[in-house]
Amino acid sequence: MMDSIKLHYDVPGDDFTRAGAASGDVKRNLKTLGISPSVIRNVSIAMYEGEINMVIHAGGGVIDVEITENEIIMTLADKGPGIENIELAMREGYSTAPDNIRSLGFGAGMGLPNIKKYTDEFSIDTKVGEGTTLNLKVYIQ
Amino acid sequence: MKIKDIVEILGAEVICCEDLLDTDVERAFGSDMMSEVLAFVNEQSVLLTGLVNPQVIRTAEMIDMPCIIFVRGKRPDLKMIEMAEDRDMVILCSELSMFTACGKLYAEGLRGGMSE
Ligand SMILES: Nc1ncnc2c1ncn2[C@@H]1O[C@H](COP(=O)(O)OP(=O)(O)OP(=O)(O)O)[C@@H](O)[C@H]1O
Ligand SMILES: [Mg+2]
Repeated sequence: MMDSIKLHYDVPGDDFTRAGAASGDVKRNLKTLGISPSVIRNVSIAMYEGEINMVIHAGGGVIDVEITENEIIMTLADKGPGIENIELAMREGYSTAPDNIRSLGFGAGMGLPNIKKYTDEFSIDTKVGEGTTLNLKVYIQ
Repeated sequence: MKIKDIVEILGAEVICCEDLLDTDVERAFGSDMMSEVLAFVNEQSVLLTGLVNPQVIRTAEMIDMPCIIFVRGKRPDLKMIEMAEDRDMVILCSELSMFTACGKLYAEGLRGGMSE
């Protein structure tokens, strides 16, 4: 029986070049644990999209990851502007990213749909003016 | 196809990880939007892009891409090269446009990285 492993990351909101560092670290941890490549890939993509969103839309935040025997649980919480219309935000191609973000390679409106696609459980808690929390789970088969 | 074949077909410059030029690659994906790459790409694809910033390396890292080709004469900075070296990722630079680079690779047998 493996004890659960907990990882915590502060994601700075002012450093776009460092965005993704937390996801890279989780990826390396999962590799060391011998988790299957397809699970690692799903976790990496989902968490990376969430981490980028945190930086470009919400001024940073915190990420907690728990690795248990059966699943990987990710909680991404920010105190950004929140999402007014989740249904719209989930739509492929919908983005409020300004041109300067687009010129950095983001703002295709694919992030949230990607996160949903690559996770087994997905929920968003958000309140305008207060922030957004993503609760994600990927099962380890 | 091996990465070294790509070097030849594109007349590309090898920027780092020369020791990995014998790596086999079968697929490629060209885009300047990173979420698109993450949405559609299969593993072991090569990425062609005209976007130059550290998130290109991170995106490739998340899906284990063995090689990034910067087109349109774009060049990575030292920090990006270091990141790629740490991750065993070959970086190539080509003067060709995205269209021409993709076309030449397709003509030589490389196929799309999207399930199609
Ligand atoms: N953490 C967040 N805080 C506030 N708004 C968010 C957050 N995450 C997403 N959004 C909103 O939801 C929209 C859709 O997000 P999504 O990640 O799908 O696309 P994007 O980030 O704009 O572009 P891409 O992910 O393709 O680079 C965003 O444009 C933004 O308006
Ligand atoms: Mg996004």
